[in-house]
Amino acid sequence: MAKKMFPYIPNSEEKIQREMLDFIGVNSIEDLISDIPEDMRMNHKMALPEPYCDESGLVRHVNGILAKNKTAKELICFLGAGCYNRYVPALVDEVVNRSEFLTAYAGEPYEDHGRFHAMFEYQSMMAELLDMDVCNVPNYDGAQAVGTALRMACRITHRNEVVVPKNINPDTLRAVQTYLQPDVKITFTDYNPKTGRICLDCLKKNLTENAAAVLVMNPNFFGIIEERAQDIADMAHEKGALLVAYVEPSTLGLLTPPSQYGADIACGDIQALGMHMNYGGGVAGFIATKDEPRFVDEYPSRLFGIAPTSEGEWGFGDVLWERTSFANRDHAKEFVGTHAALWGIAAGVYLASMGPQGMKELGEAVLQRQVCLKKNLAGLKGVSLDKFSGTPFQEFVVDFSASGKTVKEINAALLERGILGGYDLGAAFPELEGCALLAVTEQTSADDIKALVSALGEILA
Amino acid sequence: MNNLERMKKFHQAKWNEPIIYELSTPGERAVLVPGPCCDCVSTDEALGTLPAGMVRKERANLPEIAQLQLVRHYNHLSQENIGVDGNIDIGQGTCTMKYNPKINDRLAGQPKVADMHPLQPDETAQGILEVFYKTGELFKEISGLDVFSMQPGGGSHGVLALASIVRAYWRDKGEEDKRDEIITTLFSHPADCAVPIVKGYKVTIIPPDEEGYPDIEAFKAALSDRTAAIFFTNPEDTGIFNVRIKEFTRLAHEKGALCCYDQANANGLLGITRTAEANFDMSFFNLHKTFGAPHGCGGPATGMVAARKELRPYLPVPLVEYSPEKGYYLDFDLPKSCGKIKSFWGVAPVVVKAYSWIMALGADGLREVSRVAILNNNYCMKKILAIRGASISFPNHPSRIEQARYSWQQLKEETGFGTADVQRCCADFGTHYWSSHEPFVIPEPFTIEPSESYSKQDIDDYTAVLAEISRMCYEEPEAVKHAPVNSTVHHIDHDYFDDPAKYAITWRAYNKKYTGYFEPKKG
Repeated sequence: MAKKMFPYIPNSEEKIQREMLDFIGVNSIEDLISDIPEDMRMNHKMALPEPYCDESGLVRHVNGILAKNKTAKELICFLGAGCYNRYVPALVDEVVNRSEFLTAYAGEPYEDHGRFHAMFEYQSMMAELLDMDVCNVPNYDGAQAVGTALRMACRITHRNEVVVPKNINPDTLRAVQTYLQPDVKITFTDYNPKTGRICLDCLKKNLTENAAAVLVMNPNFFGIIEERAQDIADMAHEKGALLVAYVEPSTLGLLTPPSQYGADIACGDIQALGMHMNYGGGVAGFIATKDEPRFVDEYPSRLFGIAPTSEGEWGFGDVLWERTSFANRDHAKEFVGTHAALWGIAAGVYLASMGPQGMKELGEAVLQRQVCLKKNLAGLKGVSLDKFSGTPFQEFVVDFSASGKTVKEINAALLERGILGGYDLGAAFPELEGCALLAVTEQTSADDIKALVSALGEILA
Repeated sequence: MNNLERMKKFHQAKWNEPIIYELSTPGERAVLVPGPCCDCVSTDEALGTLPAGMVRKERANLPEIAQLQLVRHYNHLSQENIGVDGNIDIGQGTCTMKYNPKINDRLAGQPKVADMHPLQPDETAQGILEVFYKTGELFKEISGLDVFSMQPGGGSHGVLALASIVRAYWRDKGEEDKRDEIITTLFSHPADCAVPIVKGYKVTIIPPDEEGYPDIEAFKAALSDRTAAIFFTNPEDTGIFNVRIKEFTRLAHEKGALCCYDQANANGLLGITRTAEANFDMSFFNLHKTFGAPHGCGGPATGMVAARKELRPYLPVPLVEYSPEKGYYLDFDLPKSCGKIKSFWGVAPVVVKAYSWIMALGADGLREVSRVAILNNNYCMKKILAIRGASISFPNHPSRIEQARYSWQQLKEETGFGTADVQRCCADFGTHYWSSHEPFVIPEPFTIEPSESYSKQDIDDYTAVLAEISRMCYEEPEAVKHAPVNSTVHHIDHDYFDDPAKYAITWRAYNKKYTGYFEPKKG
């Protein structure tokens, strides 16, 4: 029987292999690895399933598995909590799926000029949205961004304690805790149980001159706008600490950008700017600061800058390459590697598609739906919307505890009716047992709202 | 016309593409968003709920462009970018540039993956959870290890997961304070050194011995009861397989240390030797390198972690598990876990691509990948060593695994041109060559990794280009000085990247510093 043919491996053809081996001057490929000791060799052929050598068979197999998924679009989605069912314009997918972008990597400005150019533009548009002068090439996700932002603050202030409010995303917090161990101490500060916002009196008690930074999530995990952020910034600055603001960039067409309430470092996740949810794999982080060496020197990430060329074109390259672990292994600022750069191109296309008016209208569309949903839920038996008095933006807390049913039970009943209910807050916030976080996006329709209200009416009756 | 002549006539796309802000026309838009969902609440009424101080006063300064003009702009930029699909990308050594089957992108990009919310109940996510789980099952055989986490978002993130697991392990054993050192090697990836420092470890770097292996005497001297773990890449970035690797793991285990394997360079080892055979406790694999997912200009990626079953309690939460009663599910019940490494559960589309790639190739195909990667590399090596001015690090090794680190030191001494000059010239032939292999322990370095995707003809063409550049360095120095001339851009003034007064990382920073094309603002 002829040797098996592998479409992805051109030189698997025996005649070519023979020619190459002859050129090298060995008899077999085995001769090229003869130094790998015998007791380290795999002593059997890998026991893997029979492959789907033809593409059509592979498609049938993989799609057979994926068909078991019920997507958030096949259902009606009210889940948010850090990942949003936002509309992705067709031209975003068109651009990021172009193989020149999709298959490129680290590159060099001379042959991957387009990548540097596109990323510089992404940085520039994010900087405008955030009202900052510097923004990095995307890192892994918002959690990595905030972890690094806090470590940057520690290096800048020469302190090793950070003050973190309890109303931040628990998933993000867990990754940040891993990242800050063991040398950065986290001091938690409470939120106000009435407003859902950071408790300023508590912060006052928890904030000392050991603090490198105070973190604010805005809107916070309960969806509420931290409208006293400027007061928090003032308190932090008074103690010599920085304000790190974790913001949702899709809200910033409408909401005040973080620099304007005193944030020294802004960070967050760009998933909502043109990325599909991808079961949580559409995330990418950003960090933005002022254009001052004390900030810029502390980024571990790549920063693409603009420069002149000998012929007067726009040229691009890495700013302060020596900061990075690529250049300076053991003296680097944290580390850099393959992160989520492609999503930076996607977010760039998204922001340019929307423009300033589009981003403002997006904010309005989300806000209007949130207010509308809240209004429609008011008066439903067993539902209380008064848990927090703070102003929500795109998601809000619903208290079902008066209904006698758990969030889990309610969500199971909603799912039977084709609805993905809210995030169950009880596990991460025991004081909010019986409460759920409901999110809307610009894709939430009047029918979706009607379906949820009617389903809850039945379930809670 | 032979191939070299053909490549000499190459000219990269050049559109003199403006910065996107220069294309902006007030009032234009590429995409519209929906208006109010219904008339139960007006937009003004909704806006009235916002605290006055939190409403943005001035519109964000974003560009305003109609859809065609915007698509054209990005198409121009993509054309000014080569990527694997456009060139022979073997000059990006250590990164395993290879063909990424189109079907994998199609499978991972469809709504059944793209439209999944990570917090959906497990029962609605059985398909994607099954792909995660089954990918782990495949890696049991590929690595010889027992448990897996797909959470890390790239290779360095995989190293972060390993270092975090090491810390959680020693904390659990009550020795976190005592075990505060990690040992790595000079030719391991930079992350193997930089990441443990972030995790609070003192890092010792073992230099190579004369043969290019990590110096075992230096290693013995560095090992102690304080050693928490060793982080070794194998083969190292030189392409040399450390034949004494089991001796290193034996010595480390004798001191009680954990052994962490960086398998970023695994492309030449599939079906030949594994993490388990080298007696490592943990390793990570780059699904976006060896396992056929494209690199996307630098991610999204996956640095999957694999470990022995004894280390399962320390892995990041959640793990994907299966039981006949529950089906596939996310298991958060790991009280000793190192915590979370990344938001949610990992980069699902990359896992789908890797799963599809492995399932398309099977055991024979995976082994053929490594066999051909090794063949290609050694063929390429022989061709490069015939080029005037080129040499290889540690020449006593007659063969290498999947890549090799070379040097243009002789070229530099004889012509004054080094690796950065060769890099500029490569752009004129439509091929890629990565100049960074710092620190420059090997002078004027370059690393070539042909992988299995490139044909004999590709390698002949690429090495012919290097030979031609060498000839130019010796015979046409003026041409080399002015390269690139066929690229999208000409010589970039790198002085602008290290001086705070000159660098501009955003368009607004540029406008603040300069009045026009890099004319400094006065005052």
